[in-house]
Amino acid sequence: MTTPVTTPTRRPAGAAQILFPKYRSILARLRTERSGAGGRALLLLVVGAGFWLGAFAVSYRVLNYLGTTPEIGALLAGRILSMLLLAFGSILLLSNLVTALSTFFLAKDLDMLVSAPVDWGRLYLAKLFETMIHSSWMVALMLVPILTAFGVVYHGGWLFPFAALVALFPFFLLPTVIGSAITLVLVNVFPARRTRDLLTLIAIGAVGGVVLLLRFLRPERLSRPEGFRNLVDFVAELKAPTHPLMPTEWAASAIMNWLSRIGDPLPLALLWSTAGALIVFGAAIHSRLYPAGFSKAQEGADKYVAGLGWQKVAARLLRWLPVTRREFILKDLRIFFRDTTQWSQLILLAVLLIVYVFNIRALPLYTGEKVPYLLVSLVVFLNQGLAGFVLAAIAARFIFPSVSLEGRQLWLLKSSPLDLRAMLWSKYWVGTAPLLIVALTITVVTNEILRASPFTMFLSVVTIACFTMAAGALALGLGVLFPHFDTENAAQIPTSFGGIVFMMSAILLLAGIIAIEAGPVSAHLRAYQLGERTSAFTSELWWAMAQVFGLAAAATLIPIRLSLRRLNALEV
Amino acid sequence: MILLTNLIKRYGKFTAVNDISLEIPRGTLYGLLGPNGAGKTTTMRMIAGILRPTSGTVSVAGFDVVAEPMEAKRRLGFIPDRPFVYDKLTGAEFLRFVAGLYGQSGPEIERRLDELLELFELSPWKHELTESYSHGMRQKLIISSALVHRPEVIVVDEPMVGLDPKSARLLKNIFRHFVDRGGTVLMSTHTLEIAEAMCDRIGIVFGGRIAAAGTMSEIRTQTASGNASLEEVFLKLTGGVADRELSAALGD
Repeated sequence: MTTPVTTPTRRPAGAAQILFPKYRSILARLRTERSGAGGRALLLLVVGAGFWLGAFAVSYRVLNYLGTTPEIGALLAGRILSMLLLAFGSILLLSNLVTALSTFFLAKDLDMLVSAPVDWGRLYLAKLFETMIHSSWMVALMLVPILTAFGVVYHGGWLFPFAALVALFPFFLLPTVIGSAITLVLVNVFPARRTRDLLTLIAIGAVGGVVLLLRFLRPERLSRPEGFRNLVDFVAELKAPTHPLMPTEWAASAIMNWLSRIGDPLPLALLWSTAGALIVFGAAIHSRLYPAGFSKAQEGADKYVAGLGWQKVAARLLRWLPVTRREFILKDLRIFFRDTTQWSQLILLAVLLIVYVFNIRALPLYTGEKVPYLLVSLVVFLNQGLAGFVLAAIAARFIFPSVSLEGRQLWLLKSSPLDLRAMLWSKYWVGTAPLLIVALTITVVTNEILRASPFTMFLSVVTIACFTMAAGALALGLGVLFPHFDTENAAQIPTSFGGIVFMMSAILLLAGIIAIEAGPVSAHLRAYQLGERTSAFTSELWWAMAQVFGLAAAATLIPIRLSLRRLNALEV
Repeated sequence: MILLTNLIKRYGKFTAVNDISLEIPRGTLYGLLGPNGAGKTTTMRMIAGILRPTSGTVSVAGFDVVAEPMEAKRRLGFIPDRPFVYDKLTGAEFLRFVAGLYGQSGPEIERRLDELLELFELSPWKHELTESYSHGMRQKLIISSALVHRPEVIVVDEPMVGLDPKSARLLKNIFRHFVDRGGTVLMSTHTLEIAEAMCDRIGIVFGGRIAAAGTMSEIRTQTASGNASLEEVFLKLTGGVADRELSAALGD
């Protein structure tokens, strides 16, 4: 007698079911991390809390200051919020474009999902949600302390977080729908999976976006200090990029309406109805274009390589190195320049540097009057902080992912007689040496623009060199402690959780260095103001420099040592 | 040449390899068999120095893999079960890079990699990025990379997966010649016919332990299996699935 076989109920898979494996994977990962890494959690807690507190403090001060302005205080706060949301919205759109390429076309689970009887609409919603989470979580976290400051200053009440969430959910959804739709169209336009073209286009799009944003901000106005007697005037002038028909304006209005107790549901209605309409529109495009686009995205990968000339030159230049290190460096360089997701970031780097130097040039320091030595020295000193931030961002892009990118090939490195210490130092120098050149160049160039004195030039060059060496090691070390071996896109690694921890650690290190130097620098400037023309190189300064050296050395050696230990213990 | 002594590997409370001791002398082609999850791959990855043993020792060519990893790894060629290579390197560049990891370069290595690419019929694709290679081509490239530095010991996990019949035959011949010249091969496989035909000695792993080991006739004696085939001995040791259960699972 045979046991009767029951036929299972056939029900199409819903969006929640499609996302179920991802959800379980996140839970599993959290569980693993919780059980194994108390130190990492503590580090994260400290760095995260420090960053949030800092962001909250700055926002709180600015809002409080604006609050002292009668009548238009709330209006100006709303303008700031609108500007902020516009900046975040632009970042979100770009981030969604890149993420959608991964989630909709290159993810590993797609073969299974596309070959299964999964309804296209549900697949669209599931992938849309996944794209939104991946590309928006960081912006959402950054908004928390800022909106908390808004809530505290304007007495938003305990329901304010929910009100903000109601306004922000469609705000996050809109760039996701738009970004996914643009990516879908691009994948269909470019034949045979020219991901390279697509990403280059995205990178150039970003460049254009940044330039446009700069133009909208009208930075030339900053060169006329008489135009901005104070912060209030400045904020009042910043209105060009916003428009009543922009969702960022609706989200800002919805939040400010709640805070100002204005019962106008229009901004919320506009946000939600637009989001709903765009999802319907996105789903319609998806149903028509996705099957062809997905098929195209699977077609042929790159076969041939170009630019063999530079490789020969590089090999000749590196001939003095031991063979293992030489081949390792050459391998890293080849992969970097052949992987579009990596080299295309150089474009962003160029933009970042141009904007930075442009901003320094636009400072209203030399407008005909004799500029006080004190002011210039102060600006040069603070410029170190700005340059350090730019350098940390570059290290996050290029050094932080370097070990993660070994990914699935770690079996080869671990089973070969490769000295992991040598590998780490190779990666450190490959990333840090160009960074150091960039650091020294921008420091000297901007100091020249600012007409810095020999003292401030010396101080900033030494400081930035120390910081760069340490930031390179921090990026590499935290990249090993927070690895992403299974990533589908190198560009996503810097924006991962570990990437944020690195950025926050680098900023803390920078703050530490500046705090150490602040004492002797202010003493020197005070003495100058009092008319004492003594040497700036006091024993106090040398002691501070020794402390900076010590801090930078610790921030260089400790991450490398910890990451080496972690790599040795790593089981792949 | 390969010596495992009381080897144990635990992942939390789970014991993947449970007190394995094994000696594989020079000039031996040793087959490691076992059902999925028996501990074969974990054992091989410990020999290759990728995983660290919880306790016990692994020695390759007389060098302890944990205490003297560089010396042990210099003499070893490891071929994993999944052919992950750098997508953005060409086949020739990948082999050159691997040779570099073993501290080797120059005209001798160039000749060697040409020879290996020719042997595995990859020469026409040597200047193409490996991301355009098929699974079998990648597998052949990884096998070439394990041979490029002329190892004394080869540890290979599921070597025949993805290979066409011609390449599989070639690999069998390479391993046989390698062993005849005094090399040592430790190979895991699920293809029992291959193990029976190729291997000098066989170890059957089950539940993280060696359930039986030796030549075919020694294993038959150990398991009191008369003239049974390797498949029958394997199923006897590891347990098989009854036809009735199969029918139920397939919904007949």
